[in-house]
Amino acid sequence: MTTTATAARGEARREARARAGDRIFKGTSTAAGILILLILAAVAIFLLIQAIPALRAPAEEVMGGEGLLGYIAPLLFGTILSSVIALVIATPLAVGIALFISHYAPRRMAQGLGYAVDLLAAVPSIVYGLWGFTWLAPRLTPLYRWLSDNLGFIPLFAGPASPTGRTMFTAGVVLAVMILPIVTALSREVFLQTPRLHEEAALALGATRWETIRYAVIPYGRSGVVSAAMLGLGRALGETMAVAIVLSATGAVTFNLIGSTNPSTIPANIALTFPEATGLDVSVLIASGLVLFVITFGVNMLARWVVNRRAEFSGAN
Amino acid sequence: MSAPTTDTTRTAQPAGSSRAGMREHRLPKWAPAAVVGAALVVAVLLTLPFGAPVAGVAVLTAILAVGGIWLASRIVEGSRKATDRLVTALVTVAFLIAMVPLVSVVWTVVANGAARLDVQFFTHSMFRVVGEGGGALHALWGTVIVTGLATLISVPIGLLTAIYLVEYGRGRLARWITFLVDVMTGIPSIVAGLFIVAVFALLFRPGLQLGLMGGLALSVLMIPVVVRSCEEMLKLVPNELREASYALGVPKWRTIIKVVLRTAVGGIATGITLAVARVTGETAPLLLTVGLTAGLNFNPLEGKMATLPVYAYYQYTAPGVPPEFAIERAWTAVLLLIALVMGLNLLARVISRVFAPKAR
Repeated sequence: MTTTATAARGEARREARARAGDRIFKGTSTAAGILILLILAAVAIFLLIQAIPALRAPAEEVMGGEGLLGYIAPLLFGTILSSVIALVIATPLAVGIALFISHYAPRRMAQGLGYAVDLLAAVPSIVYGLWGFTWLAPRLTPLYRWLSDNLGFIPLFAGPASPTGRTMFTAGVVLAVMILPIVTALSREVFLQTPRLHEEAALALGATRWETIRYAVIPYGRSGVVSAAMLGLGRALGETMAVAIVLSATGAVTFNLIGSTNPSTIPANIALTFPEATGLDVSVLIASGLVLFVITFGVNMLARWVVNRRAEFSGAN
Repeated sequence: MSAPTTDTTRTAQPAGSSRAGMREHRLPKWAPAAVVGAALVVAVLLTLPFGAPVAGVAVLTAILAVGGIWLASRIVEGSRKATDRLVTALVTVAFLIAMVPLVSVVWTVVANGAARLDVQFFTHSMFRVVGEGGGALHALWGTVIVTGLATLISVPIGLLTAIYLVEYGRGRLARWITFLVDVMTGIPSIVAGLFIVAVFALLFRPGLQLGLMGGLALSVLMIPVVVRSCEEMLKLVPNELREASYALGVPKWRTIIKVVLRTAVGGIATGITLAVARVTGETAPLLLTVGLTAGLNFNPLEGKMATLPVYAYYQYTAPGVPPEFAIERAWTAVLLLIALVMGLNLLARVISRVFAPKAR
C-alpha cells in the first residue's frame, strides 16, 4: 500500500519535473527564435536612428554638398550597374555548370565537381579583391583596348579604355565569379528535383539529352533558376571588399563600363570612407547602408517568396 | 535517369548486328577528343604570329572545338544530334570557365604569399615594425578570438532556434521565423557591421571599436547559417526514434537532448564548422567594428584588435614606404586566410564522413 503510494508520488514528482523541464526547454528555444526576429528588426531600427541626423541635415553639409539623395543616388547607380553585369555574366554560366554537374558529368565525378564549384564560395572576398586587382585587371586591359577601338560606338564601350583595367566591367566579372557558386548550387538542386518520370518519358519518346533537358528539366526548374539568380543578385548588391579593392571609383555616373571614371557602390564606399569618417559623415554612411539593407532585403524576400511558392505547388517534397 | 545517351543505346544493341541495318550514322567515340585536339593545334598555329598567348589559345580552341563538333555532328548525325552535341560542348566549356578563377586565385595567392611564409610571420606582430620583417601573430590571435566569440554567441541561439523550428514550431510564428532566417542569410556583411556600430554608438560612444563588436557583427551573419544547417540535420532524424523514446516515458526535452541531438551531432558539427568557415573570411564588418592595431591585444572588451582579413587589407592598400614588404605580408596573410577557410571546409567534410550513420 505505502509502496504504491510512494511510487505514485514519485511518479507525480517526476512528471512535474518533466513538465517543468519541457516548459523551460520550449520557452528557451522559442525565445531564441523570437530573438532572431528581434535582431532583424533591430538592424532596421538602429540604422534608422543613426541615420536621422543625415536625413535632417541641410543639403550643403552632407558629403559632396548635394544633399543626401545627391550623395546616395550615384552610389546606388554603381551598385545596381555592377550587380547587373555580374548577373548577366553569372546566370547563363551557372545554369550551364549546374546542368553539367546534374546531367552531363559522369556520375562518379559529379559530386567532386560540385565541391570544386563550392570551393569558389569558400574564398574570402578580400582574396577576390586582391586577385581581381593583380591578376584579372591587367589581363582584361587588352580586351578593353580592343573594345573601345572596335565597338566604341556602343555607349557601354565608349572608352577611352582604362590603362589599369580597374573598371566597372572588371568589378562585374569579379562579382560574377563570387555569386557563381550560390546560383549554381541552387540551380543544380532544382534540376536534380525534376521528376524522374518526366525525364524518362521524354527519353522514351526518343528525345536526345538536350531535348529532354529542354522540354522536361528546364520548364520544371525555371522558377528555381529565377530565384537563384535573384539570391545571387542580393549577394552581388552587398558585396564590399572585392569591389572596394578592384574598382577605381571617381563618383561619375556613366554607362561606360571600360573607362577609368566609374561610379562607386554603396558597400565599397562605406568600407573606403568609414574608417576616417566622423560626426555627420558617419550618419550619412549609415543612411546609405540603410538603403542597401532595404534593397537587399526586398530582393531576398522576393527570391525566397518565389522559391517557397514553387515548393508548395511542385509536390517535390 | 538522365544517363541513357547515345552510348547506352548503342551498348544495348546486340553487338555489331543491327547497326548497319538501322542505318544509324554516328560519330565515333573518339571524335570529340579528336576535334578538341585539332582545334588546339589550329589555335596555336593561328596565334603563333602574336606569340600564342595562353588566354588567346584557350578561347580560340574552345570556339573552334565547339563549332567543329557541331559541324561534324551536323554532317554525319543530323541536326537534332548536332544540337545535342553543341549543348554538351557548351555546358562543358561553362564548367571549364568556372575553374579558371578557382585555379588562378589559388595560384596567384600561393605564388605571391609563399615568400613570407616563414617562422617570423607566426611569431611576430607588427609592433614597432617599419619596413621589412614583422608578422601576423596579433592578427591570427585576433581572428581566433573574434571568430570564437561569434561562434559562442551564434551556436546556442542558432541551435535552439533550429530545435524550436523542428520540434516545437507550428503555425504562423514558425513560418515567419523560417522565412526571415532565409532572408537574413542574404544580409550584406557590411550592413551587419554598420548595425553593431550603430548600436554601440547609441549605447556607449561613437567611434568605439572592440573585439566584442566584431564577434557580435559576425554572429549576425552566422546565426542564420547555423539555424539553416542545424534545421536540415534535425529534420533528418527519423521520427521513429522520437516515438520510441516517448513510448519509454521519456519527456520531450530529454528526448531532444538524448536522442535527437545525439543522432544529429555529426551533421550539426559539420554545419557549425561550415558556418565558422563562412565568417572567418569576412572583412567588411571587422573593418568597421574591430579596426586594426600593430600589437597583440587579447582583450575583446578593450581597444582595437587586428584580424587577418583587415590586416591583409591595410597592408595592401596602405603599405607605406617601401611598399614591397607590406605587400608581401598582405599576400601571406591572405594565403593563411584562404588555407584556414578551405581547411575548415575540408574539416567539415571529414566530420560529416566520420559521424555518418553507419547502420544503412
